[in-house]
Amino acid sequence: MENKTLFKAGHTACAGCGQVIAARLVIDAAGSNTIVVNNTGCLEVLSTRYPESAWSVPWIHSLFENAAAVASGVEAALIYLGKKEAINVIAQGGDGGTADIGLQALSGMLERGHDILYVCYDNEAYENTGIQRSGLTPYATNTTTTPPGTKSIGNIRPKKPLPEIVLAHGIPYVATASVAFVQDVQRKVEKAISIKGPKYIQIHVPCPLGWRHEPNFTVEVAKLAVETGLYPIIEYENGALISRRQFTPKPVEEYLKVQGRFKHLLSNPEALKEIQRIADNNIQKYGLKVGS
Amino acid sequence: MREFLEGSRAVAEAVKLCKPGVISAYPITPQTHIVEELAQMVANGELNAQFVNVESEHSAASVVLGAVATGVRAFTATSSQGLIYMAEVLFNIAGLRLPLVLTCANRALSAPINIWNDQQDSISLRDAGWIQLYAENNQEVVDLHIMGYRLSEDKSIMLPVMVCMDGFILTHGMESVDIPEQDKVDKFLPPYQPLYKLDPAEPLTMGMLADPDYYMETRFAIQETFKDVLKLIPKINEEFRGQFGRDYKDGLVEEYYTKGAEKVIVAMGSVCGTIKEVVDELRAKGKKVGLLKIISYRPFPYTKVYEALKDVPRVAVLDKAVSLGAYAPLAVEIKAAFSGKKKSPKVISSFVAGLGGRDITLESIKEIFKKMTQKEVNLEFIDLKPELLKEEYGE
Amino acid sequence: MFGPLIIKPSTSKGDKTGSWRVKSSPQFLRKNCIGCRMCMLVCPEGCIEGKEKNTYTCDYSYCKGCGLCAEVCPKADIIMQEEEAEGKKK
Repeated sequence: MENKTLFKAGHTACAGCGQVIAARLVIDAAGSNTIVVNNTGCLEVLSTRYPESAWSVPWIHSLFENAAAVASGVEAALIYLGKKEAINVIAQGGDGGTADIGLQALSGMLERGHDILYVCYDNEAYENTGIQRSGLTPYATNTTTTPPGTKSIGNIRPKKPLPEIVLAHGIPYVATASVAFVQDVQRKVEKAISIKGPKYIQIHVPCPLGWRHEPNFTVEVAKLAVETGLYPIIEYENGALISRRQFTPKPVEEYLKVQGRFKHLLSNPEALKEIQRIADNNIQKYGLKVGS
Repeated sequence: MREFLEGSRAVAEAVKLCKPGVISAYPITPQTHIVEELAQMVANGELNAQFVNVESEHSAASVVLGAVATGVRAFTATSSQGLIYMAEVLFNIAGLRLPLVLTCANRALSAPINIWNDQQDSISLRDAGWIQLYAENNQEVVDLHIMGYRLSEDKSIMLPVMVCMDGFILTHGMESVDIPEQDKVDKFLPPYQPLYKLDPAEPLTMGMLADPDYYMETRFAIQETFKDVLKLIPKINEEFRGQFGRDYKDGLVEEYYTKGAEKVIVAMGSVCGTIKEVVDELRAKGKKVGLLKIISYRPFPYTKVYEALKDVPRVAVLDKAVSLGAYAPLAVEIKAAFSGKKKSPKVISSFVAGLGGRDITLESIKEIFKKMTQKEVNLEFIDLKPELLKEEYGE
Repeated sequence: MFGPLIIKPSTSKGDKTGSWRVKSSPQFLRKNCIGCRMCMLVCPEGCIEGKEKNTYTCDYSYCKGCGLCAEVCPKADIIMQEEEAEGKKK
């Protein structure tokens, strides 16, 4: 008996990698009539080392920042061939390739209204090149380019509100998701694929190596991120909030203390206060507390 | 059909005849008219193509990459800053062995910013694995686009083609040009048949990671393929002559009165038209002068150059670009053609002219012919203004 | 001439990542399994398969021993068992 997944085993992801959990959920939900365009990053490198590929769907990698643009070309070609109705186009990449170097191409794709689903695997740093800080790295995180020291707390900037930026483009579907809730990921991908036009899903994917936690803790860590309010799970259709994951909020320390990348904050009450403020802000903004 | 039109319009007409399914470009002077004309053709329903208005040249090249990877013929055009901005994608397209035709409206590179013609932009990408063909006039521009698709999509080649035309001089110059008939072009250029493409019916992985055990062979393969390109260009030109009546001989170089010449200038692009006029004038006075026009800069036709110039005592190479810190880019290739060979010109001088759109006049060319009686010149700038230069900085 | 250019689909299956295991491997007890498929959905390798309850197991030639399946099973029907370092099932 073999798992009929479209993203096969034998790839070289770290044990417990959150990104490949999400990548499999996405492609299995989208189905085999899908063309995938991938940015450079962990996912591309670990799944397509010549002569082995984990993908059983048509898949192309071009450069770090242009998946959204290459996908635009794929989509245009399919329209020209009269085949777009039958074939899904997914452009995907990490937070680096999406929020930073790839933001221009993403914005262009959204603005032009291409019928493409963009998936951002958010592990909150440039993990593939060695855990450097990205625009989606949360406040005070320890990364190799924002290390804490006597003169610094770590990453001094807050997380770039990428879902809001994408939402501002006025596209039909924007959602966040997490590998803590795998069926929710698949439901959102299926929903997105059924809508015509540009779609965006940002999936929170813990990285055991970069976040410094045990491989078997990936799902639990992702759950804590959601249940402290630090990673709102929200869903917008045509600009209106249609769903949000509600919970009974836990204090942010419960999330921070189980990851090596936040260890340096546990003795810093001011940093903890700031992070709690960020979490409380999210909870209030989206009404995430059960009963609100 | 013969028409009197702007070079950019001629490009658009040529591209329309080649029926690309996806066009994507970002505006940059002096390429703008090309894509504007194509946009109008698409809007009028004259050209059935998806016209993708992108937010940068990097994305324009990425869009056409994606389109060709999906099995659809595509087109883009750019200049100068745009070409250099999309450089990363151009290396990528060649490495992926995707056929494509790109029009480069040659323009100088910033800084300082300058929108006028020289060939620095395309020359700076000579290592990218693209076939580079340089046009002297707008008829050649039209014909090189049609031949370009044919060459690029040949199953033994599968390398992208850059058709280089001097910005403003050719793009905005009005010339009488023969625009071929659609049925003749259809016969000459069959529909694009990809070797591989993105298709759920036959999935595959493109753009993989190749570690040190696998990378070098991909480059060797392209290097070897350029040898095939050198053999295929003359064949395609011969077929073109048969179908359309215009004769470019081998399509790699043009020998203009080089036989028995005592002095020959080597050059690329529209300046060759100017040089031909001077050659005609001097020949009428009994001077044995000539021009060797280089059409294919990549692959470089070393053998053809050797054969054409081995008995010419004095050669001058006219570059419209510089390789700052070294000898000029066309001159080094010409010199390399004679390296280790028995015969060689006595003198191969190198001149740089026309940078940033400075006019190369008939007088300038005559000056070069005069300078060729002297000792070999390693690199000299023509028509330089010394009053603009000072040894030390200060206003 | 062409060098390496494309990869055929599903060829990663040639790389038996089960050899990565150093600590433990999952044992599927098949006693209390309710067929929720959480183990299958969460496995980063995609090497768990089953049809209905109490039929789930994994392909140990790919299992890296991350332990996520055991973590997410709502019925604690998967336990991580220590094994020899070469990644062989005890």
